[in-house]
Amino acid sequence: MRRGQFFREKWPYLILLVFALAVPALFPSRYVLQVITMSCVFAIATLGLNLILGYTGQVSLAHAGFFAIGAYGVAMMTKAGLSFWLALPLSALLAAAVSFFVGLPTLRTRGSYFAIATLCFGVIVSIVAGSWFSLTGGHTGIVGIPLPNAIPFPLVGEIGFHSKAAQYYLVLGFLLLTLFVMHRLVNSVQGLSFVAVRNNEVLAGAVGINAFATKLLSFVIASFFAGIAGGIYASLMRSVSPDVASINLMFNWVVYLLLGGAGTLAGPVVGTLAISALTESLQFLAEYNLLVFGALLVAAMVYCPRGLVGLVEAGGKKVRVYYRRQVGVRSDLEG
Amino acid sequence: MEVFVQQVFNGIMLGSTYAVVAVGLTLVFGILHIPNFAHGHFYMLGAYLTFFLVTSWKIDFWPALVLSAVLLALLGVLVERIVFRPMRDQPHVNAFISAIGTLMFLEAFVMVVWGPQGHRIPNPYPETVNLLGVVTTQQRLLVIAAAVVLIVLLHLFIKKTVMGATIEAVAQNREGAMLVGINVDRVSSVTFAVSAATAAIAASMVAPIFMVSPTMGALLGMKAFIVVILGGLGSVPGAIVGGYILGIVEALGGGYISADYKDVFAFGALILILAIKPTGLFGKEVG
Repeated sequence: MRRGQFFREKWPYLILLVFALAVPALFPSRYVLQVITMSCVFAIATLGLNLILGYTGQVSLAHAGFFAIGAYGVAMMTKAGLSFWLALPLSALLAAAVSFFVGLPTLRTRGSYFAIATLCFGVIVSIVAGSWFSLTGGHTGIVGIPLPNAIPFPLVGEIGFHSKAAQYYLVLGFLLLTLFVMHRLVNSVQGLSFVAVRNNEVLAGAVGINAFATKLLSFVIASFFAGIAGGIYASLMRSVSPDVASINLMFNWVVYLLLGGAGTLAGPVVGTLAISALTESLQFLAEYNLLVFGALLVAAMVYCPRGLVGLVEAGGKKVRVYYRRQVGVRSDLEG
Repeated sequence: MEVFVQQVFNGIMLGSTYAVVAVGLTLVFGILHIPNFAHGHFYMLGAYLTFFLVTSWKIDFWPALVLSAVLLALLGVLVERIVFRPMRDQPHVNAFISAIGTLMFLEAFVMVVWGPQGHRIPNPYPETVNLLGVVTTQQRLLVIAAAVVLIVLLHLFIKKTVMGATIEAVAQNREGAMLVGINVDRVSSVTFAVSAATAAIAASMVAPIFMVSPTMGALLGMKAFIVVILGGLGSVPGAIVGGYILGIVEALGGGYISADYKDVFAFGALILILAIKPTGLFGKEVG
């Protein structure tokens, strides 16, 4: 009975999962698969950003900085001979630790002040990455980063990550893991206090939530996932350069998040995949690419301010209302 | 000592540009509450228009500067009407995304029209001057003088004209301003026009000294935001003081410690100042 109910309620997710697992078979082109894999990496970063920006309401523009810390961390550690599976959590923890010390002074500020203070940190990371030649290799960056180490399995042998499909499944696994953690987190009491701080910081304080500690926790967790995404990125691209800390990357994520729908779990993933697909399909415009994209962005904000998920929800509500009218359910009985 | 004076002078010149651009931004950001991330790109476009008028139409430097400012004022009004007015009742972040769309559009537009490479405006006043041991060019002195004149004019505009008073009224209380019959839409248009025009003038003044390139706006726009936040949101004196502080910190840090890291000092200084005073130097309300 319970299992039947589970399938009745969750079947759209199962279809999505089957589709996600079938992606390498559906898109045999190496290029397309690479684009999808990288979009999934960015989706992990955007999910992290969603926690601090979407759920906690703090516009952090330092996210690319933490992504870069994760990327450079994995690059340096794996080149020094450490296993990817050890280097990745270490780098993400490093990003989280740095974000703790960045959060202490910057989270004292609010609103736009916080956005600009974190933006400054992001820019500092990108300048340091470009200038500290002995550590980061300057503007050329670090090349020849090893792929993730193969996982030995008792019966099937080793799972290596040389093929594009294997890399895709690796990233998909991390994406699902991130979604699972975020799902558990935002539906917990801690998740509610994030939302409480977003909605009204003073009120949250009045009911006993330590707003500063809550924001700091959200900021640190968000940066941890930025670090994870950065580490995977470095290992799959096999090179890093100061571009990973660039403001443009940061702006892209904010766009993915807000067009997808901030403060929802589907929003960041949908936004990242949809907009990556859009920018890829605009490639034929060559130098007119950003001209069209910029105009589309403004139009999207004017005509669908709540993002794609908001658009779908609004559309779904209209359909439901229409359907109920057709079958004659009185509107005051609607949940 | 001579190096020190020279660096401070360079800092004041840089700071003049930052101050003027930041005053324009603080009007839009602090008073209308629109995070116009495309402000640096208005600046860039202003420099390009002057470059275009001087080199292609063979107009003299000063008329070209005025024409460029007028065109940018019109563009400011247009952008406010199309991009930011529909965002007024939506969360701040939406206006932020629109601003990103606008800056992508403007940067791509300039790339398509004038190409990605840098250009140089012929310097109208290249003669060097020796002023109290500081060797400089007339153009650099002009930048400093023009900034002072522009700041004084802006101050008179805000404090002494009816239009300026209505801008301040909207800043203090939008609903109250509407109640006493102020047309808020017109105030928004005028503020954008003034803001974009000052950016164009600042850009045209320094364009003969540095190159004009499509990416020149991005970093400057970011610094203008930093200055606005440093001085305190919506505070005109804060933007001016912040601009000169940023310019001097950058010049001294770049001159004495490391040129590669000069922006790190500037941005690090901001984080430090905000850690001590979270609402900026002259800020009152929490933004």
